[in-house]
Amino acid sequence: MTPPRKKKLNLKKRYELMTRGLDWETSYQKMDDVFPYDTFEGIKITDWSKWEDPFRLTMDAYWKYQGEKERKLYAVLDSFAQNNGQLGISDARYVNAIKLFLTGVTPLEYQAHRHFAHLGRHIRGVGPRVAAQMQSLDELRHAQTQIHTISHYNKYFDGFSEFPHMHDRVWYLSVPKSFFDDACSAGPFEFFTAISFAFEYVLTNLLFVPFMSGAAYNGDLATVTFGFSAQSDEARHMTLGIEVIKFMLEQHPDNLPIVQKWVDKWFWRGHKMLGLVAMMMDYMLPKRIMSWKEAWEIYFTEAGGALFEDLSRYGLRVPKYADIATDEAEHISHQNWAIFYQYTQAAGFHTWLPSDEEMAWLSEKYPNTFDKYYRPRFEMWREMEAKGERFYNNALPQLCQTCQIPMGYTEPGDPTKIGFRSTEYAGERYHFCSDGCKDIFENEPEKFSQAWLPVHQIFQGNCGGADLGDVLKWYHMDNGIDNMDYTGSPDQKQWDAWQSARKRVAG
Amino acid sequence: MSIDIKTMNVEPKRHTFAHVARRLGSDAPASRYEEGVYDVQATTHFHYRPLWGPELWHFDEGRTAIKMEDWYLFKDPRQYYYGTYTIARANMHQTTERNFAFEEKRDMLANIDPAWREMIVNYLIPLRHFEWGANMNACSISDAGYGTAITSAAIFTAGDRLGIAQILSRIGIVLGSGDGELLDEAKKQWMEADTWQGIRKTVEDSLVLKDWFEALLAQFLVMDGLVYPLVYNHFDTQGQKHGAAALSMLCEFMVDWSTEHNRWVDAVVKVAVKESDENQALLSQWYRDWRDTMVEALSPLASMVLTEGAESAIADVREQLDVRAGKLGLTV
Repeated sequence: MTPPRKKKLNLKKRYELMTRGLDWETSYQKMDDVFPYDTFEGIKITDWSKWEDPFRLTMDAYWKYQGEKERKLYAVLDSFAQNNGQLGISDARYVNAIKLFLTGVTPLEYQAHRHFAHLGRHIRGVGPRVAAQMQSLDELRHAQTQIHTISHYNKYFDGFSEFPHMHDRVWYLSVPKSFFDDACSAGPFEFFTAISFAFEYVLTNLLFVPFMSGAAYNGDLATVTFGFSAQSDEARHMTLGIEVIKFMLEQHPDNLPIVQKWVDKWFWRGHKMLGLVAMMMDYMLPKRIMSWKEAWEIYFTEAGGALFEDLSRYGLRVPKYADIATDEAEHISHQNWAIFYQYTQAAGFHTWLPSDEEMAWLSEKYPNTFDKYYRPRFEMWREMEAKGERFYNNALPQLCQTCQIPMGYTEPGDPTKIGFRSTEYAGERYHFCSDGCKDIFENEPEKFSQAWLPVHQIFQGNCGGADLGDVLKWYHMDNGIDNMDYTGSPDQKQWDAWQSARKRVAG
Repeated sequence: MSIDIKTMNVEPKRHTFAHVARRLGSDAPASRYEEGVYDVQATTHFHYRPLWGPELWHFDEGRTAIKMEDWYLFKDPRQYYYGTYTIARANMHQTTERNFAFEEKRDMLANIDPAWREMIVNYLIPLRHFEWGANMNACSISDAGYGTAITSAAIFTAGDRLGIAQILSRIGIVLGSGDGELLDEAKKQWMEADTWQGIRKTVEDSLVLKDWFEALLAQFLVMDGLVYPLVYNHFDTQGQKHGAAALSMLCEFMVDWSTEHNRWVDAVVKVAVKESDENQALLSQWYRDWRDTMVEALSPLASMVLTEGAESAIADVREQLDVRAGKLGLTV
């Protein structure tokens, strides 16, 4: 007897059976009690079944692909450690870029793991819920593989060792931390818009590509391998981001103004936070990939332009102040590096002034602004250094209430004038670096007035004491080791010793 | 003759991160589990109260009534970080894949008595919804839990439960015409059949718990601790009499997984019980409440599958669970 012929399911149908049918309409408990968080933002979803699964990945396939990638990645990391891969980087100044990454970005990957678990539990539709769960796993992967990759650098360089402690306390790390706290304290649809769309889809190329390409250009084989390994995860995350936006816009016309407001907000939040990446690209990489301005043109102006043109059929427009952000791409890296140079005594990585060669590169990449506004400042600081009068700014800076960056940015159209904005809320005055940051505050004053501003906290005596030494201790920053200029740092001394030992070996 | 490869001698400044060294008591080389888990979660200076629940921070110890001095005592005995977890599951699933191929090639499921085949649709396939409930609880724990030790293991468990739900779905598909019609039948059982309503109600009640540790105890210790031995041991043994040996092979993943899962659950509960008398009392109370509810909820299902053997099977799984809970320090 021949066995009955079984039907062969197509991939879409099979995935639907394996996943979609798992959930049910609860009746012993109200659905609104099982899913208490997915309605308060006002986003209207009329039919969850309209969700198109962008990647039909069952768990067994997920384990298989991801396990395979992990095997390969850890083989490279082991080999990197065994062969002292840190000796092969372009220059030890490069390591400061990954210090910024581990202290600023890695803890955010962990936050993303947690909040995608939140979405993976609390979004009513089973399709996006499963996608969020896989992203929660992926984000945990990224946090852990970054720690494991950078673990080797921690053994040989300073500034890495206290990364979670620093992330919760250090003044400039409150910029990325508050960005993610903002997203996690928002409702689930705003989080999707903030992280999956604005960040992962619109801006990710401006974070991920610069760091990973920077690693490739500077001989950091461990980090670049992590980057390649994470690429296919990122592709899934981007797809989820665009699907969520389209889904919200397709489900109900009332969703458009809400989504637009979030897109405006998170574009501006992202733009300000990425200023740290801009500075990394233009000043911290011994071997440069491209300028921040070039990256902005390719990844935001061109790619983002095409994206928003595509989304215009839903009524979504280019984020508010995108033109201002594009103007600022001429300035933001120079202004940020100048801030860190002035406050090197309180930075958890090393700073330096650009060399002649590097300044020539900056002139070439920024013909409209570098020679006119920024070169003179760096040259003046260089002269001061030569006279033994290295400039330190010993006054604590005023911080923007929204982005938390020191108020060192200039007015749109006038790079000689610092921009200030302020507004009153509940009898207090709040200060901002820009119209974009002020608008965000004014839309949610109750939320943003709560911000834990590092400078205010120092003045209130909540950060270990009143003088720099006390605050550094509280940060777990070793004075003279983790902070200050690269020149004269233990990192530099060790690197130079390695270089001369290698020369001796080479004869 | 020994070959001596000349390399540069490069001395490390430190062997691990400072926060890991503080936990290990010295700057000794740490494992990848330790570096990937210890202190990764932010603990202080949060900026904004959640719009979805302003009474607590998004990471807050107050999301459970269980109190711990140190939330990193919840170490995973399996030492899973993402890499070891995915590689372990990929390996386990390879066997499952081979078993499915083996069955399908020989059409071994055709040997099952037709009546028992119907029984499988009524007792096993609806469990994919039970697994989905467990997946939701695991996500809740990963979302609301405190410290990377618990949240990372919880999201791995969420992945496990989705994976198991999908294996059960596959069994449902191959048991039928290949079109998935049995999955609809099984869902109807889950939604409407009297046999399942107590179980579904218990699962739904667990989904509205506000305390993540209670959800952990209810789902992972009690519900899983009763359902797994009842279904994959007692029901499976009964199936052997009806030509269902082939089914056991397809359920092997769940049996292996459950042994491993219990090691982790036991470690977590034991640590929480040991922490204080208050924890012990609260956990014991939760344990007894959920056990009594779930034992009662499972009885109709056991009667349907085992008929006269039902009572002793239920008594057996209850007894086993009480012994296990007693060893963890719970008052049963």
